[in-house]
Amino acid sequence: MARRGRPPFLDRRRYRRTRLRDAACLLPVLGAALLLVPLLWPASGQGTPPSNAGALLYLFGVWAGPILAAGILSRLLRSGGQPEDAPEDGL
Amino acid sequence: MTLTFNTLVAVSLVYVALLFAVAFAAERGARRGRDRWLRSPLVYTLSLSIYCTAWTFYGAVGYAARSGLEFLTIYLGPSLVMIGWWWTLRRLVRIGRAQRITSIADLLSARFGKSGPIGAIVTLMAVAGITPYIALQLQSISLSFAAFAQGMAGGRMAEDAGLVAIWTAAGLALFTVLFGTRNLDPSERHHGIVMAIAVEAVVKLVALLAVGVFVVWGLAGGVAATLERIDASPVPLWQGEGARWAGLILLSAAAFVTLPRMFHVMVVENEDDRQLAVASWAFPLYVLAMSLFVVPIAVMGLDRLPAGSNPDLFVLTLPLAEGEVALSLLSFLGGFSSATSMVIVATIALSTMVSNHIVAPLFLRGRPAEQSSRDLRRVVLLSRRLSVAGVLALGYLYFRWTGTGAALSAIGLIAFAGVAQILPAMVGGLVWRGATARGAGAGLLVGAAVWAWTLFLPSFGALPPEVHAAGPWGLDWLRPHALFGLEGMDPLLHSVLWSLALNTLVFLGVSLVTFPSPVERLQGEAFVNIFDSAVAPRAVGRGGGEAEELLVIAGRVLGQDAALDFFRREAEAQGQSGHLPDVTPAFVAALERQLAGSVGSAAAHAIVSQVAKGATVTVEDLMAVAGEAQRIMDYSARLEAKSAELERTARALREALGKLTRLAEQKDAFLSRISHELRTPMTAIRSFSAILREEGLRPEEVRRFAAIVEGEAERLTQLLDELLDLSIPAAGAHPARPARGAAVRCHRPGPGGGRGGAVRPPAGPARSGCRGDPGLHGSRPSGTGVHQPGLQRAQVLRRTGSGAAHRGASAGNRDCRGFHRQRARNSGRRARSGLRILRPPALCAGAGGARWGGAGPGHLPRGDGKAGRIRDLSARHGRGGLSRGAAAEACPGGRIACVVNGISTIFLPA
Repeated sequence: MARRGRPPFLDRRRYRRTRLRDAACLLPVLGAALLLVPLLWPASGQGTPPSNAGALLYLFGVWAGPILAAGILSRLLRSGGQPEDAPEDGL
Repeated sequence: MTLTFNTLVAVSLVYVALLFAVAFAAERGARRGRDRWLRSPLVYTLSLSIYCTAWTFYGAVGYAARSGLEFLTIYLGPSLVMIGWWWTLRRLVRIGRAQRITSIADLLSARFGKSGPIGAIVTLMAVAGITPYIALQLQSISLSFAAFAQGMAGGRMAEDAGLVAIWTAAGLALFTVLFGTRNLDPSERHHGIVMAIAVEAVVKLVALLAVGVFVVWGLAGGVAATLERIDASPVPLWQGEGARWAGLILLSAAAFVTLPRMFHVMVVENEDDRQLAVASWAFPLYVLAMSLFVVPIAVMGLDRLPAGSNPDLFVLTLPLAEGEVALSLLSFLGGFSSATSMVIVATIALSTMVSNHIVAPLFLRGRPAEQSSRDLRRVVLLSRRLSVAGVLALGYLYFRWTGTGAALSAIGLIAFAGVAQILPAMVGGLVWRGATARGAGAGLLVGAAVWAWTLFLPSFGALPPEVHAAGPWGLDWLRPHALFGLEGMDPLLHSVLWSLALNTLVFLGVSLVTFPSPVERLQGEAFVNIFDSAVAPRAVGRGGGEAEELLVIAGRVLGQDAALDFFRREAEAQGQSGHLPDVTPAFVAALERQLAGSVGSAAAHAIVSQVAKGATVTVEDLMAVAGEAQRIMDYSARLEAKSAELERTARALREALGKLTRLAEQKDAFLSRISHELRTPMTAIRSFSAILREEGLRPEEVRRFAAIVEGEAERLTQLLDELLDLSIPAAGAHPARPARGAAVRCHRPGPGGGRGGAVRPPAGPARSGCRGDPGLHGSRPSGTGVHQPGLQRAQVLRRTGSGAAHRGASAGNRDCRGFHRQRARNSGRRARSGLRILRPPALCAGAGGARWGGAGPGHLPRGDGKAGRIRDLSARHGRGGLSRGAAAEACPGGRIACVVNGISTIFLPA
């Protein structure tokens, strides 16, 4: 989000950190999209729904994936520290 | 090993004693400052796990056995919220710290202008919403006792689920009162409770994992075999309920941030962003681990346990049926932990809300501040203890009322839908500055009403069947499960859809048409722009933040420039550049003194000590103090303005007094001159009267002397007449200036008896106007129609000078010398031009007046050249001497009063 007083170009490190924040914001959206995939599955008796084990593995898989990504992102965001010079973006 | 009911009770008691010990130790450690690890992200994450209650521990398996994968929705929603912490929770937690929020009711109340009603509404909604939830915990504990009691040598308690529930409730109330409401900590942080919860979190996770591992590897024979069994299960895991799937993910996400106990551990007990960053992945991992073995346990339970067993208790009954007593005991403790930790934190959160938003406002109403502040502490503590008991009693009543038939998850979802009503106002308040208290209140009330009508009241059979069938009073569009004719929907989804939709709609609509109060707007700004705020506490390094906070507050009290100057001076004294000095005791003392000058020492001390001690004090907290200082400053500014005005008035009065004094002096001088003038003819009269009395005077001598006496007496009378006239305008009886035309015409003899009939104004001056000899060229002075006090005085002087109107000329004609010369050139009679200009003595005291007084009329030379010239001039220029136009032309601004004996008298306004 463009803001007053922001330089148009950031150095590489700060640019990276800004993109990390973007990734942190996008992660729940991605997770939600993956978790809503079951809405496309046909109900039992109206086609061929995925097998019980398949459905279970899929859901735990799309649950664990974002958790792993969140772990990595939070570590990266923390090691970058809170930038004192730039106001933190709420979004 | 056989398990008796008494053993079970003993194990529970030992476990509770262990929790007490942990809580005590943690509180003692925190008091001694060894709370570093208490603040670690790990403990924070584990305390968040109170999201997983007995509903999760027992209910999830039951849920999975009944509805397949749908049980996951309850954990997927919160996982998404936590993974998106940067987006969502960071703002919430930051605001909670900055505003020192104590509960979710406090959050909404603070956002909407510290509104009392909003806090009370949210509190009541939370109590109503959480009551079924607490009943759920009590039910699960009594169910677990009952499961053990089957076929076991037990006491009376084993048979009576209610008795177990009531003893459990009593024990929980005791623990909560002891650790949750022991003191009134301004930060509302409870290290003992948090630590006990963390321990319980570990216990329940270990217990559930242990049961899961036993089921997968002990009973099923490995992962692959378990998956095969799951595939072969007659219950399909995906049942095609798409709407419920999406709706419940949303509902659980909403409930995760609005449940009072979650808000308490997540926001109120939070210390910094670092805790949240770790919890963002650790908490989803925790709930994933809790759900990992739910489906295997459910499938195995359905497989191996007799038909008709309660699936909610598979976690307990499966190991029991397999003869694993130790495992089942661990499982029992896990369930017990889940239930008790939830109840403890929920009652603490609710009791804080009840005491702060319902009891305290009622107590403070109509009491003097000094008295109430002393008693308030006692009252708040008492009300917290009572409300802990009250909330547990409500939960127990709900439990007794509904019986033990309902599935755990169904009860929990009712609670979720209830607290989710807070979401629109909360989110709206955090991101939209236009949200108003009225909008939030209206939305909350509508949402709560719809929820109660469509879900809560039907849940415990409060509505008669005919209302369900035909609606209240026959209004079928108000049927609880078919509101506005929307039939055939799942009751839960139906309720959530209508309540949240109407709630949001009313909230937005009312917010748009109402106007927020100043405090609301201020708070809205602080909430929405929390990341722009300079006083937001920082996660690391509080040192700089402290100085900045002090600067902001000092700026509010002292004024920005003065505060900046003071801080810069102090920084220089410390040998630093910039304007932020180190917060040393000396600096704090100096600042306190500085502030004390503005707000008084007590308030200054309160301000400085609060900030300098490191407590998170926001500007809003001190707004009241600063606002008062501002008011005092305004008031003193107004006083200053008033005193300046008074000073101006006094100065004007002094000036007026000086003027009056000068006037009085002049009047005195004038009177003394007049009496002198009166004496002169009197002397003549007396002298000639004395001569007349002598013998041997010739008759012509007698006639001559008598004529002189008569003449002098006439002069005297004339003089007195004119003095009388003079006194009238001097007293201000009529306007000081006559009309211009009148003044010019006055020298003509009036038609009746020589009076200047045309003279205006007629009263005083007319009497004296043109009396006596109307001839303009006679040697004796004639009356003139003068109307000005100054001019009349001049006339008097002229008369006392025996008919020669000469004296004033020397005093006043300087102003018109140019005119003299001009007229002289024009007429070719340079030496004969004459003009007399007078100013009223009061108005030109410095010039004409001084001259008048200084020279003295009696001493003026008689018959000097000027008098003759004047007469000649008047002879040449007709009866009126100089024409009015010529005189006015020569003396701009001057006004010809009259022309007598060739003397044009021009009045110059001051």
